[in-house]
Amino acid sequence: MSKAKIIVFHAEKCKECRKCEAACSNVHHKNDKGGEWSAIRIIKKDDGYEMTDCNMCGLCIDMCPVMAIRRMTSGTVVIDKKKCVGCQACVGFCPRGVMRKAPEVIVPFKCIACGACVRACPEGALELKEVEIDKIQEEVYSKHGRVCK
Amino acid sequence: MKGPESTVDCDFKPITLKTEEGFETGNTKHKWDLAKMKKDHKVLAEFKYEKRPVVRGYAGRTLYVNLTTNEIKEKPVTEEMKKQFTGGKGFDLKLLRDAIKPTTRWNSEENELVLAAGPLCGTTQYSGMGKCLAVTVSPLTDIVCDSNAGGYFAPYMKFSGFDAIEIQGKAKKDVAIIIDGKDCKVTIETAPHEEVNSHLVAEQLTYMYAAEDTDAARQKVAVVSAGKAAETSYWGILNISFYDVRRKVARLKQHGRGGLGTVFRDKKLKALVARVDHFDGLSNNPANPDKVAATGLKHHREMRDLDKSQCNMRVVGTGNIVEVMDAYDLLPTENYRFGSHPKAFNLHSPNFYRRFTQVIPDGCWFGCTMACAKVVDGFEVMTGPYKGMKFSVDGPEYENAAACANMGLWDPDWVIEWNFYCDCYGLDTISFGTGMAFYMEMYEYGILTKERCGGLELQWGNGEAVLEFMHRMARGEKDDFTQIASKGIRKTKDWLKKNKWGDDYIIENCGMENKGLEFSEYVPKESLAQQGGYGLTNKGPQHDEAWLIFMDMVNKQIPTFADKAEALHYFPIWRTWFGLVGLCKLPWNDVTPPSNATAKEPAKIPEHVQNYADIMGATLGREINPQDLIDMSEKVYNFQRSMNVWMGRGTRADDWIPYRAMGPVTEMEYLSRKDRYDGQLVDIQKLPKDKVAAMKTSEKMQLTYDYRQNQYEKLKDAVYYRRGWTQNGIPTPQKMRSLGFTEDCLLKMLQEKIDSDEKAGLNVWGGKYAGSEKPPAADRKYWEKW
Repeated sequence: MSKAKIIVFHAEKCKECRKCEAACSNVHHKNDKGGEWSAIRIIKKDDGYEMTDCNMCGLCIDMCPVMAIRRMTSGTVVIDKKKCVGCQACVGFCPRGVMRKAPEVIVPFKCIACGACVRACPEGALELKEVEIDKIQEEVYSKHGRVCK
Repeated sequence: MKGPESTVDCDFKPITLKTEEGFETGNTKHKWDLAKMKKDHKVLAEFKYEKRPVVRGYAGRTLYVNLTTNEIKEKPVTEEMKKQFTGGKGFDLKLLRDAIKPTTRWNSEENELVLAAGPLCGTTQYSGMGKCLAVTVSPLTDIVCDSNAGGYFAPYMKFSGFDAIEIQGKAKKDVAIIIDGKDCKVTIETAPHEEVNSHLVAEQLTYMYAAEDTDAARQKVAVVSAGKAAETSYWGILNISFYDVRRKVARLKQHGRGGLGTVFRDKKLKALVARVDHFDGLSNNPANPDKVAATGLKHHREMRDLDKSQCNMRVVGTGNIVEVMDAYDLLPTENYRFGSHPKAFNLHSPNFYRRFTQVIPDGCWFGCTMACAKVVDGFEVMTGPYKGMKFSVDGPEYENAAACANMGLWDPDWVIEWNFYCDCYGLDTISFGTGMAFYMEMYEYGILTKERCGGLELQWGNGEAVLEFMHRMARGEKDDFTQIASKGIRKTKDWLKKNKWGDDYIIENCGMENKGLEFSEYVPKESLAQQGGYGLTNKGPQHDEAWLIFMDMVNKQIPTFADKAEALHYFPIWRTWFGLVGLCKLPWNDVTPPSNATAKEPAKIPEHVQNYADIMGATLGREINPQDLIDMSEKVYNFQRSMNVWMGRGTRADDWIPYRAMGPVTEMEYLSRKDRYDGQLVDIQKLPKDKVAAMKTSEKMQLTYDYRQNQYEKLKDAVYYRRGWTQNGIPTPQKMRSLGFTEDCLLKMLQEKIDSDEKAGLNVWGGKYAGSEKPPAADRKYWEKW
């Protein structure tokens, strides 16, 4: 069984203060702007809130032409910024749209399960949780390309 | 030898190379004494240069290397050069024209091999932006041939400091040219011990010139090489390497057409190497990187969401169209006699799917998510000097598989074997396949025999004989057949005719060449526009200028001569643009965005054309619209045609194509598609049905022949007129001036040719116009009023 820590969202507790996004953009870009600078995003829907973030499926690892993306022993998927050639293949192919590009920065960024957003949330709406990722991976890879018959 | 497979097994899982330790291809590991090899390199010349960044897509310099005098120098790229020639193939042609004479031939001292990037080359955010464009005077055609290839060389050359490299002269002994972007120097070095064949020399030099012993460092080296058969044949290619960090293999992409590798080896070049110190997503230095990235991202998402239901390029590469061509009677089988074959299913893409390793980013440049460069890993070679060894074989691509269909090779393993040796020995798969198909047909008719072929039995599908011919070429064997057949169809036709071994009509019309270059792998018989797409090309019959078969034959979007002429104006010019800027064409039309469903001109894929305008604008830092791209390209397209005229070609007579490209040469071909041809006599030529039924096949063939020949001449009339050329196919000075060419000697040369054509009575319409039909213009000398 492969395991990884991911961010889990308790939508009922969210009050849209977006402190999670600010904390995240601080980690990645040293600013408090959140939004397009943040890996975690809170999306307002008619019936409440949704959160999008990385589920550590790791498809991006197999998309990278320079092997700049790897899975750490903890299960977290991370990018080596020095190796990255900015091609955006990982951004384009991410099944959840959570590999992101910030304005004026060519190297993409993603959730590193650091927990800054969890700590920043005053409502306790976010949680860092260890999950099994085998099924997630199977689902993602089964949609990758068409099997010829 | 295994027999052809009778069934296709589909119950299989994708092949993966992933192991606990990383990736394992199963390839044979080679041990080289690289230190000794390197030690024996003698530096013949060294040129140090100043490091400068690329600015808005241009390095701003080109490199000149003379192998006779060992001179190395840099030349500035002027604003005028950018304006008139844009980059890539445009720069290639300008530099070549300035260096040669009209009488220069492929092996002349002054002939150059020029390789160029382009202003968008090296962009990583959009698929297919790493192409190298190369030109030379071709041994096959005696005019300029251009060819493009993927791999890492062109971007690395540019990031090292040069938009192009000209290589003139010939070395006395085998040498390598090293463009070292790390230490900012260019050297000519002897290379006595390295292999010549590409799979090996690319690996040796990748390891030798990597800055350190890591995969990341090896990925910053690109090697250009040819192979043993490039020395002896006129079908030599250039292999451009790209180191695959997962497979740990220096993989290869090919400049296939026109014998560039033959010129490379004639210059005693063993390799051309470029290495970079560092590059990243901003190395091409566009004015607006976010715009480039956003446009690229849009395309990546189309690939993610649409490819699997469209072309499936990411999984089987260009081979996805074998079954499509087979279904539409367009797959060349037995030397283009037929467009489909009962055994063709053996080469349909599922057979290669199960041999290709999946889920690896198989782009030949970083960020290409079309990723069509598929690989058969750990392939055990069945014949020749590498028998029993295992290699990663790039491909087969569509043209390779279809060339094998043309030779009747219906076993996928033999396709891969043949493909491996073509690359390894430095041979053009297209020219070889089309050439061998012709020789096999001549063998069937007894025009060639076992004795005349040096003991080879060239029956359709004899893979062992095909490979043996290739090994003989690589060994440089001196028998007549190896010597002549390896020089291409044109030379072989002359040989067969000189010996009076067969009917000249059959020999001339079955051998699929135009201007001396072999046709690529599509049957154009039922598409007049594609006949023009092949025959009215600058370099010879290659589909990279125009692929109009579906537009014309299937979708019937261009029914009139004027429509076809417009397509043969727009598409060759549009497709030329990719070569000016350093791009691959496949991401343009091998995935179709949803907007195309409601587009006015869907064949142009307008949303993607706009993408390219956006990226060009964002790179150069000025507003660019789609028409601007066409304007850039039209200049270069006409300049190349003018060069053909300058070198004594580029006329109506040179745009001749063999009748096999137009219709049935033999009775068997006619009878094999009898309903179609009989039907056309009734529907198009308006003959009474009962009269057609009573006619002899030979009479019907003659009527078909006369009609189709006249159609082709009328097409030439319409296309030349639309392109701004005379009826003899000469670009007019008026047209050239409107494209910004002011150089007196160029304009004078064209005017003199037009005047001499006038005296010779060649400025007249070629088609016969009857009834209400009219030529494209009322005035015969229409251009004089422009």
